[in-house]
Amino acid sequence: MTETPASLFPERSYLWQDGTLRSWLLTTDHKRIALLYLVTITVFFATGSIGAALIRLQLIEPGGMILSDETYSRMFTMHGIVMVWLFLVPSIPVTFGNFLVPLMLGARDLAFPRLNLLSWYLFVASGLLVLYGLFRGGLETGWTFYTPLSTDYTQGRVLPVVAGVFLSGFSSIATGVNIIVSIHQLRAPGMTWYRMPLMLWALYATSVIFVLATPVLSITLLLLAFEHIFRVGVFDPALGGDPLLFQHLFWFYSHPAVYIMILPGMGVVSEIVSTFCHKPIFGYRFVAWSSISIAAIGFLVWGHHMFVAGTSLYAAIVFSMLSFLVSVPSAIKVFNWLGTMHGGSIRLDAPMLYAMGFIGLFTVGGLTGLFLASLASDVHLTQTYFVVAHFHYIMVGGMVSAYFGGLHYWWPKITGRMYPEMWGRIAAALIFFGFNLTFFPQFILGYEGMPRRYATYPEQFQVLNVLSSAGASILAVAYVLPLVYFTWSLFKGARAPGNPWAATGLEWQTSSPPPTENFARTPEVTSGPYDYATLDRLNRTAAEEAPHV
Amino acid sequence: MSDAADPHGPYETLRHQEETTIAGMWLFLASESLLFGGLFLVSLIYAHTRANGWAAGVRHTDLVIGGVNTVILITSSAIYTLAVEAARQDHKRRAVQAAMTAAALGLVFLLLKAFEWSKEFKEHLFPGTHFAITGADAGGAQLFYSFYFLATFLHAVHMIVGTGLIAWICLRAGKVNPGKSWNTSVEIVGLYWSFVDLVWMILFPVLYLVGRT
Ligand SMILES: [Cu+2]
Repeated sequence: MTETPASLFPERSYLWQDGTLRSWLLTTDHKRIALLYLVTITVFFATGSIGAALIRLQLIEPGGMILSDETYSRMFTMHGIVMVWLFLVPSIPVTFGNFLVPLMLGARDLAFPRLNLLSWYLFVASGLLVLYGLFRGGLETGWTFYTPLSTDYTQGRVLPVVAGVFLSGFSSIATGVNIIVSIHQLRAPGMTWYRMPLMLWALYATSVIFVLATPVLSITLLLLAFEHIFRVGVFDPALGGDPLLFQHLFWFYSHPAVYIMILPGMGVVSEIVSTFCHKPIFGYRFVAWSSISIAAIGFLVWGHHMFVAGTSLYAAIVFSMLSFLVSVPSAIKVFNWLGTMHGGSIRLDAPMLYAMGFIGLFTVGGLTGLFLASLASDVHLTQTYFVVAHFHYIMVGGMVSAYFGGLHYWWPKITGRMYPEMWGRIAAALIFFGFNLTFFPQFILGYEGMPRRYATYPEQFQVLNVLSSAGASILAVAYVLPLVYFTWSLFKGARAPGNPWAATGLEWQTSSPPPTENFARTPEVTSGPYDYATLDRLNRTAAEEAPHV
Repeated sequence: MSDAADPHGPYETLRHQEETTIAGMWLFLASESLLFGGLFLVSLIYAHTRANGWAAGVRHTDLVIGGVNTVILITSSAIYTLAVEAARQDHKRRAVQAAMTAAALGLVFLLLKAFEWSKEFKEHLFPGTHFAITGADAGGAQLFYSFYFLATFLHAVHMIVGTGLIAWICLRAGKVNPGKSWNTSVEIVGLYWSFVDLVWMILFPVLYLVGRT
């Protein structure tokens, strides 16, 4: 093995070592697979956004602008299915997770590189099946496939879409197995559990949900498909089945899946907050364990989706209390991020702007969740736009902000190029503004009683709906911006140094972009995470020695 | 570089790679148990809420074939453990013999299962319009047979995969240098094979015994 620092040979990076298409499609390099995923989920994000754009266009007029009632139903279903199953669930774990887990551990690759590639192919196949179903007519069940909507009342293509989601589950399981086993087995010498960056704790917790909740969804969808094909009453009340049973099983997966859609974002934010405050995360162990406890408690709260579905009052009370419990570890995270920022000299680069956006929007989303977790107010607010606003504050305000923050933060590492900082900040501010303009009015709409999932609405709601649609158009521009300047930076951006943010973490100790084998020598870890004192001392020494070279 | 793994792979030593693969298989099986767990949960609920129809369905299953198949599968699993033990002691020939016997028993299981299915199709026990059991219990019995066919089909798919894996092991052993991790492969496939056996140990009472008398 060569001892020469790989940074001297940027052309030997994982990006350019072998440029053929074949080498990309058959790669087992976790970094390349991360990029394959990045391109794929960007396509799905764009597809889902088109659905959102049409929804907001329709709702400018009380009587509806462009879509028939049925097309409207199919459009929000398409938006939900694509965004949840093909973007949010995979998003951070398959891109940054794939790219960073080995780098952060000080390893050469994930534990099962070929399984990793297989998971991408499964994901692409599942995406194609879903898109086939959606473009050959679509369906009007919402992203949840509730029976009897998905059995008796649908005119649409339930089967290919359900098959696609079923398949994507196995892709998730493969990713989850890979991440968990890698973290257990591939930590570099000296990398103890409490020396791991918080991103890894978050991804570990996420992967536990991938591995243990997804199979329950798989079997539920299999039963749904069986019922659909052979007309036996498993879940369909018209055939003697039990629709509540479907909801129980569905939410047993899908509530934990909500944490699949937020925990990785929390990991990203922890990394960014620490780096841009140049301070260790306040209460590191609490933040680490709060990820695990969110994942664990997340398995016990699914009943809060069924408060008005006719479950027993006692069950509802228990589920309500357990749901409140989740806010404890979530609040621990928020307070510890704020504690880290307190008294720090904060650099407001684009990643930090996104991270701060995350903290604010996630807090709003989390607090409004308490209204929905308590029985009395949920009865009033359920099925209204309040719910829509609440989960968009978590999923979009939270997770998508974190995703974009992570993209800016690790872009120099992934591509070896700097993005234009000015434009990065402008886009971050626009996204924050556009997001709030889109979704804050929906809290009021919901509180005033506007039901979700309808193509039309009474006139008194128009002002707030127009505001919301105006926000959505700002959001659309703000999402296109990064696409433009990231692409530009690939060709014209300044070359990125190995550690442009003066961050700790092993991923910053190798070159940007990293060589195929990640590290010229397996790193040895001698101190805890976020050890800025050592980093600064090394930098000072390097600066003092520089003139003599 | 005699005991080192693939230099581009993530492992320093072969032993490290082997340990990791075993860990991965355990985790995969945990995931699998939740897949079947969901199915068992729904079966248990319907066996309870639709008890009469469910029992009517159970009474139509072929206890003889089911029982014989159970014995075959336990035997196969037991024989496979001999293969694991032989592989650990580097008795490759004995390991292959035991593995092949286990796979052959698996094939017998699948043949018997296929025969049982075709019999049931002929008797109109597959859920649908000409379903054989009529009257008050028809709905519950159809439900039972839905689970019966789905569960046994899923299990059979796992059996086919398992048999394929054992065949792959035996083929690799036939080559001059099957690689040092061959022993570990035998062990990992063994984990999977035992799991498939275990699933049947739960399926058998649920589908053939509960409510029979
Ligand atoms: Cu929930």
